[in-house]
Amino acid sequence: MDELCTGLCKLMVESGADAGLAQFVSLLVGVLLVSGVPLLTVIILIWVERKVAARIQDRIGPNRVGPLGLMQTFADLLKLLGKEDITPTSADRVLYNAAPLVSFASVVLIWVVVPFTPFHFGVDLEIGALYFVAIASLGTLAIMTAGWASNNKYALLGAFRVVALLVSYEVPLVFALLVPVMLAGSMSMLDIVNAQTGMWFVVLSPLAFAIFYISSQAETGRAPFDLIEAESELVAGFNIEYSGMKFGMFFAAEFLHVFTNGILMALLFFGGWMGPLYYESPLIAFGWLGLKGAIIYLTTLWLRNTVPRLRIDQIMAFNWKFLVPLSIANLILLSAALKIMQELGIAPRDMLSASFVEVLPTTVIMLLINLVMVAYLLGILRKRGQEARRESVTNQGALAQVASGAGD
Amino acid sequence: MELNAVTVGFFVFTILTLGGGIGVVTTRNLFQGTIWLMVSLFGVAGYFVLLSAPFLAAVQVLVYIGAIAILITFAVMLTRSVTRINERYIRTIPSFVASLALFLVLLFGITVPIFGDYPSEMAPTVVMTTRDLGVALVEGNGYVAPFLLASVLLTAAMIGAIFIARDEES
Repeated sequence: MDELCTGLCKLMVESGADAGLAQFVSLLVGVLLVSGVPLLTVIILIWVERKVAARIQDRIGPNRVGPLGLMQTFADLLKLLGKEDITPTSADRVLYNAAPLVSFASVVLIWVVVPFTPFHFGVDLEIGALYFVAIASLGTLAIMTAGWASNNKYALLGAFRVVALLVSYEVPLVFALLVPVMLAGSMSMLDIVNAQTGMWFVVLSPLAFAIFYISSQAETGRAPFDLIEAESELVAGFNIEYSGMKFGMFFAAEFLHVFTNGILMALLFFGGWMGPLYYESPLIAFGWLGLKGAIIYLTTLWLRNTVPRLRIDQIMAFNWKFLVPLSIANLILLSAALKIMQELGIAPRDMLSASFVEVLPTTVIMLLINLVMVAYLLGILRKRGQEARRESVTNQGALAQVASGAGD
Repeated sequence: MELNAVTVGFFVFTILTLGGGIGVVTTRNLFQGTIWLMVSLFGVAGYFVLLSAPFLAAVQVLVYIGAIAILITFAVMLTRSVTRINERYIRTIPSFVASLALFLVLLFGITVPIFGDYPSEMAPTVVMTTRDLGVALVEGNGYVAPFLLASVLLTAAMIGAIFIARDEES
C-alpha cells in the first residue's frame, strides 16, 4: 500500500508526529490492509462456495440467516468460536496448536506480493514468483505437522497422502509458473503484469495456463484431487482431531487458497488489472483483477462439484507420467522458440515495453507451437482411451464367461 | 552498536538460528528435532534478507525448509518406532572430541581469513541483483561450467536413486 503509506506518513509528520513513528504506523496500517483483504474475502468466499455448490447439486444452499443466507458464515463462525476447544491428551500440544496457524499464514503470506492495482501492493519483491513457491511449501509442512501431532492414525494417513500429492504437483506448478517468468524476463509480480500490456500470456501459452490450473487445483486439494479429505476412506483426513476454531482455520485456509490461486492465475496469465479504462482509476483496475480472479475461481468450484475423486495411484501416474514431462517439454520448446525469435529480431527483447503489434508475431508462433502440442497430446490420449476401453470390454467379457460357467 | 531495525532483526534471527540448533541436538523426538531444524534454517534465511539477498533467502526457504524438511519428515515417518526408544548414545568422549575438532576447524576457517594476516578485501560496493546472479550463472566467462557440472551431477544422482529404488523385474 505504497500510496497510502506516503499519504499517511506525510500527514502524521505534518501534524507534528515523530518521523520514525509515523513510518512505523503507516507500515502497520499497510500490513493490516494487505492481510485484511484476504481475511474479509474468505467470509464471503465461504458463502459463495456453498451457494455455488448447492446450485450445481440442484439445491438452494444457505437461505435462512439474513438475505440470501448471507449471514450464514457469521452464524457458523460464532458456532465454531463457541465450540469446545479439544486437544487430545496424547497429542503434541505445541505442534498441534501451531499447525492451523501456519496453515492459514501460508496462504495469507502469498498476498504480500499480490499487486491489487499498479500502485497498490504489499511489496514488489524482485523474486515475487519464487516467494510464492517458497511460501506455498509451508502449507505442506503445516498439514504434515497437524497429521503427526494429532497422534491419530487416520490423521497421519491423511497427512502422508497430502505430502505425496502436494510435493508431486508442485513440480508441474513451478514449471508452468516459469513460462510467464521467462516471457516477462522478471520474477516480480508487478513486472509480470506489466509485461502483458501487449498480449495476455494465456494467449502465448494456453498449455502453461492449463498445467498451472490443474496443479493448483491439486495443491488446494479440490476434486478430482481431494485425497486430503477423502471422507469415505479417511474419515476426515489430517484434520480429524481438530475442533472449533482450529478446524475453522484449516477450513478458511483452504477456501482462501482456492481464491488466491484464482487471483494468481489472473495476474500471471490474464494480465492482472489490465482491462478497458484501468488507467483511469485504481478502483477500476482493482475491479478488473477481482473480476478475472472471480471468474477463474468460479470455474474451479464448477470443476470441484462436477467431477468424481480419482484414486491415489491414478493421480500420481497422471502427474509424473503426463503433467511433468508435458510441462518440461512446454518450457523447453517455448524458451527455445523465444530465443530464436529474439535472435531473428521478430520477438521483442523486453516484453515490459512491447506493444500489441510488436508482440503479435511472437504470440502467433508460440500459440501455434502450443496448439501443435495439444493436437499431438489429444491424439495420444485418444489412443490410450480406446485401448483402456477395449481392455475393460474384454475383461467384462471374461468375467461374464466365468460367471456363466459357474452357473452351469 | 546502533539500535535499529537491522540490529533487532539480526538478534531475532540469531536467536532463531542458535535456539533452533540447540533444539535439534537436545530434543529426544525426531519429529520435533525436524521442526527445530526448520526454525534454525529459517533464521539463516532471515540473515540473507538482512544481507539484501532476497533470492538466496527464498531459495533457503524453498530448498531447505520446503524440500529437505519434507524429506526428513519422510525419514521420520518411515522409522516411526525409532522415536520411541529410550536408549541414549553414551560414548561421550569420542563425540566430544569429534564435535570439538569440527568446531575448531570451523572457527579457524572462518575467523583467520577475516582477522588473520591476510590482506583484507573490501566488500564490493556494487549492489548485486538477482538478475546479475542469473547472468553470472549462464555467462561464458562467468560460472557456466560449474553450473552445468552441478546440474549434471544432480541429474545423475536422481537417475541413480530411481535406478536403485526400481523393482528388479520392471
